[in-house]
Amino acid sequence: MTSLLDVRELHVTYRAGHGEVPAVRGVDLSLDPGGTLGLAGESGSGKSTVALALLRLLPESARIGGQVLLEGENVLDMRWGRLRAVRWVGAAIVFQGAMHSLNPVKRIGDQIAEPMAIHGTVPANRIPGRVAELLGQVGLPASRTRDYPHQLSGGQRQRVMIAMALACEPRLVIADEATTALDVMIQAQILALLKRLVAEQGIGMLMISHDLSVLAATCDRVAVMYAGRVVEQGPAREVVHEPAHPYASALSAAFPRIGDPASRLAPRGLPGDPPDPADPPPGCVFRPRCAVAETVCATVDPPLWPVDPDPAGNSARHAACVHVGPARPLTTARDGGTP
Amino acid sequence: MTSDPVTPGAPAGAEAPGAPAPAGPAGPGRAGRIARYVAGRLATAAFSLLAVVVAGFFLFRILPGDPVRAMTEGREVTAEQREELRRQFGLDQPLWQQFLDYLTGLLRLDLGTSFQFREPVTELILERLGPTVLLAGTGTVIAALLGLLLGVRAGWRPGGRSDRANSAVALFFWSVPTFWLGLLLIVALASGRGFMPGLFPTGGMVDPAATGPVETALSTAWHMVLPITTMVAVIYAQYLMIMRSSLMDERGADYLTTARAKGLRDALVRRRHAVPNALLPTVTLIFLNLGQVVSGVILVETVFSWPGLGQLFYSGLRVPDLGLVQGLFVVFAASVILMNLLADLVYPLLDPRVRP
Amino acid sequence: MSADTEEHGADAPGGDAGGANGAGGAPVSPRALARRRRAEALRRFAREYTRNRAGLVGLLALSAIVLLALFAPLLVDQAELTVTGAPGAAYEPPSAEFPLGTDNFGRSVLDLIIWGSRVSLTVGFLATVVSVVLGTLVGVTAGHFGASGGPAGRVVSSVLMRVTDWFLVLPTLVLAVALAAVLPRGTGTIIIAIGLTVWPATARLVRAQTLAVEARPFVERARALGGGHTHVMAWHVLPNVMPVVLAQTTLLVATSIIAESTLAFLGVGDPTTISWGGILEAARTAGAISSGIWWYMIPPGLAIAAVALSFTLCGRALESVINPRLREQR
Repeated sequence: MTSLLDVRELHVTYRAGHGEVPAVRGVDLSLDPGGTLGLAGESGSGKSTVALALLRLLPESARIGGQVLLEGENVLDMRWGRLRAVRWVGAAIVFQGAMHSLNPVKRIGDQIAEPMAIHGTVPANRIPGRVAELLGQVGLPASRTRDYPHQLSGGQRQRVMIAMALACEPRLVIADEATTALDVMIQAQILALLKRLVAEQGIGMLMISHDLSVLAATCDRVAVMYAGRVVEQGPAREVVHEPAHPYASALSAAFPRIGDPASRLAPRGLPGDPPDPADPPPGCVFRPRCAVAETVCATVDPPLWPVDPDPAGNSARHAACVHVGPARPLTTARDGGTP
Repeated sequence: MTSDPVTPGAPAGAEAPGAPAPAGPAGPGRAGRIARYVAGRLATAAFSLLAVVVAGFFLFRILPGDPVRAMTEGREVTAEQREELRRQFGLDQPLWQQFLDYLTGLLRLDLGTSFQFREPVTELILERLGPTVLLAGTGTVIAALLGLLLGVRAGWRPGGRSDRANSAVALFFWSVPTFWLGLLLIVALASGRGFMPGLFPTGGMVDPAATGPVETALSTAWHMVLPITTMVAVIYAQYLMIMRSSLMDERGADYLTTARAKGLRDALVRRRHAVPNALLPTVTLIFLNLGQVVSGVILVETVFSWPGLGQLFYSGLRVPDLGLVQGLFVVFAASVILMNLLADLVYPLLDPRVRP
Repeated sequence: MSADTEEHGADAPGGDAGGANGAGGAPVSPRALARRRRAEALRRFAREYTRNRAGLVGLLALSAIVLLALFAPLLVDQAELTVTGAPGAAYEPPSAEFPLGTDNFGRSVLDLIIWGSRVSLTVGFLATVVSVVLGTLVGVTAGHFGASGGPAGRVVSSVLMRVTDWFLVLPTLVLAVALAAVLPRGTGTIIIAIGLTVWPATARLVRAQTLAVEARPFVERARALGGGHTHVMAWHVLPNVMPVVLAQTTLLVATSIIAESTLAFLGVGDPTTISWGGILEAARTAGAISSGIWWYMIPPGLAIAAVALSFTLCGRALESVINPRLREQR
């Protein structure tokens, strides 16, 4: 069957001042209908740019290359009319920090109703009922319809965002740091809610977060981004607990794990800063911060290799590191062939 | 507050701390909050009005030294006549008595007597109020509509062709003295000299020959064209600039990305989401700048001999008729303060966030 | 300390100044370093300003007008500006001798305009100085004591802002005309009348800027080191507020020049001097408008518009050069 979402060689470049700044440099992602994929990475890794690129919501200064196939149709080639029709119906977004993502001077009921009216997915006379139903699904009483965003708490606003995202029964929901601004208790509630609704309605979800533990708890598969590229991808459990890429393991170690006192007592950070996207270092971009970097890393920028492949060469997990796959440091003879 | 059926594990009301006041518009405290808000605004306005009244007294009774000398300068007036004038204006009284008389007069809406017209200032002002309200009201409404409309178009795509053209024109009108623009229009379109026929009257409000309500209205409209054009040209520019910059501030807002993601077309994103938010600071600034409308009215009425308060002010200045000018000063300032009070009271209807 | 006050110039994007200094390797005295950074900042400022085409046009036009005003005594025979010494006949249309024709007394309109630029520019500049000094004083005081003056300071600050708001709402022209009408006639009166009425906008702007500066760590540091209110305001706040004030000043000159012409037109100006507004008033009272003597009334207005527009363009260019930096600092 066709994938729900197939991102191929996605590139995003921002025109800034004098030159061009690449934010996303060749990202491949794939998501089956009803599946859940997590996208992790620190701020500036390009993960939110990916989210916005999927529906072409980036500012005009951004140039997008590659393919974004949503149910087999390339979003990047769509005419404006078709694109508008796909937005929110094909894929809806739960934005970060619903504080600013909701219009402060519009009633939340009207904001939830708006996409249904625009896309005509629900007859006009049944929209109020549908709004109440959606609010009920996210655990808010229908009496909240006439409230303004500032009258709600952060968690309630995030619930409104979720209700809004589900309004047109999309096949894909993109949750962009949907729980980041909330405190831990509310975060757990919202995650559980999102996970349950998505599973119940068979919606595919792309969840973006800097917090690997959040993704581990929510997603089947996880991709880790660093400096505009995916450096490791695979089943959530494996990527989080046995990361193959040094960056993924640093990211995984940065969050204490429940039930693992050692990680709580000694959370490890990562020295240094992410590279300047306008001027990335040669070779592997992670090398300056990498604890296990070798000489070859300064010249080789490894692609994603299968991790522990079966004899046929297939693997559920891929990582972009010379320590993984066929390009281990000893086999330097093959380095010339890598892009 | 929020019973939470979906996540039974979480304590109901865990989200409560951040959430203000229960839903439903009619809580018992709400009326009290509204009353407090209104009372606060009224007190501020009352204080400003009092300051205007005191300033009026200070400016016209104390600052000139001897108001009568100032008024009669360059005229042949005997000492007896001066004394008579002093008595008439109460200037022979001690200052505190003068101030008290002035205050009690104001409370009775008595603004004193005009030296030039020998008539109560209040009556003169009431006679001329209508034409000024007509001119200023029409001019402000047209200028606001024009300025906001063009400002939205310019601010949505800053740096675009429409923005550059609109900003350039607005800057030009901003830099031109109001009265000169009026004079220019008269020379070009009303004087009938040179290559252009006299299309419009050079001044006045209505043709004396006009009879009947329809003819009078038409004649008035005809006389209004040039004054309104002048006023609009000068005022719309600042509305445009204000709207432009507040829309530019909203352009990067997250809720606009949400609106786009929902599949709204660009025009709808702008009209339904960006403009309502950008309007809030704009409305505040428009009311804050109402004083400039008053300035504009004075100049336009002077240039076009429009029989309103502005022209009255000008004729008072020429004499100088300090009693009249003082009365008009108080009226102009008070009207601007009252309009701002109105704006303060109406603003919560526009912005739910400041609703008491 | 000087490093703190230098932050404006030095923290522009790139920070290449620091790199250049480091590369030299030779020991440099702090003073020389500060001077070099200041020169570098100035150069960068000039570079950014010249990139703004409208601002450049405004600056050139302005320089030309100021030069014209300075050398007016060489270009114009003052005797011909008196009613009795008028060289031509009344209302002569433009000719080779009188490029802009003559007025009702036979004086050359061009000469009147050249001479009038002196009063218009002087009043514009001085009134701006009055209002900027007043506005900056009120703004810095209100901002400083509002941020770090304790309860008493907050009272001072809020009283000052109430007064400012009151002036801001008041019809500027009415107040200026009233002042000009009751004070003795003269150029000084006009300057004061304008200066006393246009300052509130500056005060508000400066106050906002002061609050932003006060929130920055080096002010905290200065206070912790025992710097008094005057010290903090004069050494830390003021230098950092100045760039904004500069842009605002340039915009205010335009406002002041228009205000001067307006007062003159309303007949409360100084009748003994020649100013652009005065020429227009004379044109109107002489009936030049209704008889269509366009050369008597169009040129002075164009002159006012040209100067006001030039100042506005310069001010906006300054603002656009200064503002992105200020935004970065917050």
